[in-house]
Amino acid sequence: MPPTDPIPDTTMAITATPATPSAPPSAAYDAILEGFAARIRQAAEAGTPLRIEGGGSKNFYGGPLHGEVLSTAAYRGVIAYEPTELVITARAGTPLAEIETVLAERQQMLAFEPPRFSPTSTIGGVVAAGLSGPRRLQAGAVRDFVLGTRIIDGQGRILTFGGQVMKNVAGYDVSRVMAGSLGTLGLIAEVSLKVLPVPVAEATLRFACDPAEGIVRVNRWGGQPLPISATAWHGGALWVRLSGAEAAVAAARAVLGGEAVDDGAGRALWQALRDQTHAFFASADAAGTPLWRLSVPSTAQPLDLPGETLVEWGGALRWLAADLPADKVRTTVLAAGGHATLYRAGDEAKVRAGGAFQPLSPAMAALNRNLKREFDPKGVFGPGRLYPDF
Amino acid sequence: MSHDNAPPPLRPAPDYAGADRDFARDAAARAALFARLGAALPEGSLMVEAEDLRPYECDGLSAYRQVPMAVALPADEAQVAAVLAICHELEVPVVARGAGTGLSGGALPHAHGVVLSLARMKQILSMDATSRTAVVQPGVRNLAISEAAASLGLYYAPDPSSQIACTIGGNVAENSGGVHCLKYGLTVHNVLKVRGVTISGEVVEFGSAALDAPGYDLLALMIGSEGMLAVVTEVTVRLTPKPQLAQVVMASFDDVNKAGDAVAAIIAAGIIPAGLEMMDKPATLAVEPFVNAGYDLEAEAILLCESDGTPEEVAEEIARVKTVLDRCGARAMAVSRSEEERLKFWAGRKAAFPAVGRISPDYYCMDGTIPRKRLAEMLTAIAALSQKYGLRCANVFHAGDGNLHPLIMFDANEPGELERAEAFGAEILEKSVEFGGSITGEHGVGAEKINQMCVQFNRDERDFFFAVKRAFDKRGLLNPGKAIPTLHRCAEYGRMRVSFGQMPFPDLPRF
Repeated sequence: MPPTDPIPDTTMAITATPATPSAPPSAAYDAILEGFAARIRQAAEAGTPLRIEGGGSKNFYGGPLHGEVLSTAAYRGVIAYEPTELVITARAGTPLAEIETVLAERQQMLAFEPPRFSPTSTIGGVVAAGLSGPRRLQAGAVRDFVLGTRIIDGQGRILTFGGQVMKNVAGYDVSRVMAGSLGTLGLIAEVSLKVLPVPVAEATLRFACDPAEGIVRVNRWGGQPLPISATAWHGGALWVRLSGAEAAVAAARAVLGGEAVDDGAGRALWQALRDQTHAFFASADAAGTPLWRLSVPSTAQPLDLPGETLVEWGGALRWLAADLPADKVRTTVLAAGGHATLYRAGDEAKVRAGGAFQPLSPAMAALNRNLKREFDPKGVFGPGRLYPDF
Repeated sequence: MSHDNAPPPLRPAPDYAGADRDFARDAAARAALFARLGAALPEGSLMVEAEDLRPYECDGLSAYRQVPMAVALPADEAQVAAVLAICHELEVPVVARGAGTGLSGGALPHAHGVVLSLARMKQILSMDATSRTAVVQPGVRNLAISEAAASLGLYYAPDPSSQIACTIGGNVAENSGGVHCLKYGLTVHNVLKVRGVTISGEVVEFGSAALDAPGYDLLALMIGSEGMLAVVTEVTVRLTPKPQLAQVVMASFDDVNKAGDAVAAIIAAGIIPAGLEMMDKPATLAVEPFVNAGYDLEAEAILLCESDGTPEEVAEEIARVKTVLDRCGARAMAVSRSEEERLKFWAGRKAAFPAVGRISPDYYCMDGTIPRKRLAEMLTAIAALSQKYGLRCANVFHAGDGNLHPLIMFDANEPGELERAEAFGAEILEKSVEFGGSITGEHGVGAEKINQMCVQFNRDERDFFFAVKRAFDKRGLLNPGKAIPTLHRCAEYGRMRVSFGQMPFPDLPRF
């Protein structure tokens, strides 16, 4: 089939075999999984905490690390990929890069654009961290794409929830809760994710404006049927990415105006934002300035907090590089209707801040603790990673 | 206790781990409970007399009936909290209820419990064009949100077939879908925040006005939890800009396999249609005389593929869809030329349930989900089962989502037909699980599919569901006996039937 054919004939489903030539057969994978379960049962008995790790590329995220490493890296490989079902199922230790390569061959993608911090990043880590990239604005977050999981709970039981189908309301939606749980509820052994086609066309536009104007514009555009897939405001300019059918992107460019950004430069920009290698992140990192991730209603005014700012997700995600008292940041963000995460900072700073994440209301904290206790009665998984008290 | 004309109560035994105190045997305790509930509610908001309770004895699944001990109609969140706190203290089961349109018996009352109707909490509290959100009370009807948002050029995307009557609180409980899920998502993808009250009477907020919230994603757990974790008192929904145009392609095939392959080919071509529906020949034959939609009566299967967006986008997508369908061997194709014609093409699909109800005295509606690629196999299996049981079956299919609604036709007055229909349906659900799918795509487990949960989940997994339940409701008082079967329950295996003539909402479209 010529590459110019607009309708690739990819109806044939593939069942992928593990990528590494030395990969063990299926029975060996069962043994690995049983090994994980046994290790968890031993840890529960001995009262020694475990820290589940994929590629270790997100060890910076969340509270200080405790416990022996339980690596999922050996439990890897795509189990099934059905382009026509829009579903991929993979073992937790499968490198994100491998998944993205397999999907790209069929012009499909993980639409939530998880950050790729390292070639070692695994799909299990992607789900456990629950971090999404620029396209989250249009497509949704990690949790929106989780269809099913196989997990190991704190008692070493191997359990399957959800499945490989789009609609499934049998039982509680345990799979989605695993997204963003930072390995504190259980070991994600396998995950099924909904995938989407790569957009036919993309274009990037630039507008010179201050942050307040940028926030007003992206919210106004959000109420119109425009194919905006990502936005970013930084350093006096607003960037907007359009994604969709050729005709839709062309029509939206005409409506929005602005300055057209060269395709290559546009792609590089969104990639740098996605992988958090953009100059904003790099300079905060180089200067050792704490990085806050502020999640607020998209219409919130620019926050009254000094520091370097990057605004994404149509105004709903505000990055702040600033060395400020945690209380001040949290109070300001809470007043705006959001929550603040001390995203990148030293352990000491996180401890001083009372933890990486915004404290919960007493009622919500109780429900979180109750759930943790039911998933992991002996407190084996990543104590302190999500909240200092569990 | 059962209704004179109703079938015998098929509801699951109240074998849930929670307390089950029979207040009927203790008049003093009963009077004390009613006094406390009455004091917590405005005048006329607590019903305890048999004639007042009767309308609440079932939801959209009328085969299961149970009159509750009492019905409470709170007007606000504080009253919801007060009722729950009292019931928690006295260990009284509580079943929350919206419009009562659910098809799985999720709002079936508990004999010794209180039905908590959210029908009086039906205010749209705010609607904001800039943030594209609406804050609504649980008793607001699904369609009312879209109607109120229309002047802003916005709508609420999930559109379950009962949307003119069903409420947003019930949609949250069931994680309701609709015909546009593949592109626009389910309830879980379109709700930002749920305010609710736990069984102990505490107000909690799941999610937030931002795109995410700290802690575990309990919002995801709440949605689809069938009223078993907390009672919804307020919902913040995301509104979607209305597309400028929608058009539908109707294609007919002389082979269901070809139609199934066409569905896969559309997806493989990188197209996510706004709607993608399929009907087999028995379904089109039932429907066409009823609605005159212009369906090809010689076709073995008909596909409806909808595209929405800007006029340019729709034109481009429709052209691509037609190319794919042509390549897949469609014997005829038509594209709607007007909004009127689009609605006409859809009319037949949306009338499938009542149309089948017209040609058969009774029918039994299934709600299995399968991977799309198993569609042809499933239809072949259903055809064989149809032969085996000697019963006709029409198939309508949310093809884009892999959600199949086989309608098994039978006559309850013919000895043995009901039993054959039930056995037929059971085999279809078991096949759904075998093919890697689910026993329910969108109707929920409720009381109806409690037994089939034993097939889809093993003992450890079912125990785990109880653990999740315990985290929210230790005493097991919220909607006890629903959704998750006990070990004891799994030893039994029952079935249900839907008899069209007995459906409490005969005018509601069901698809």
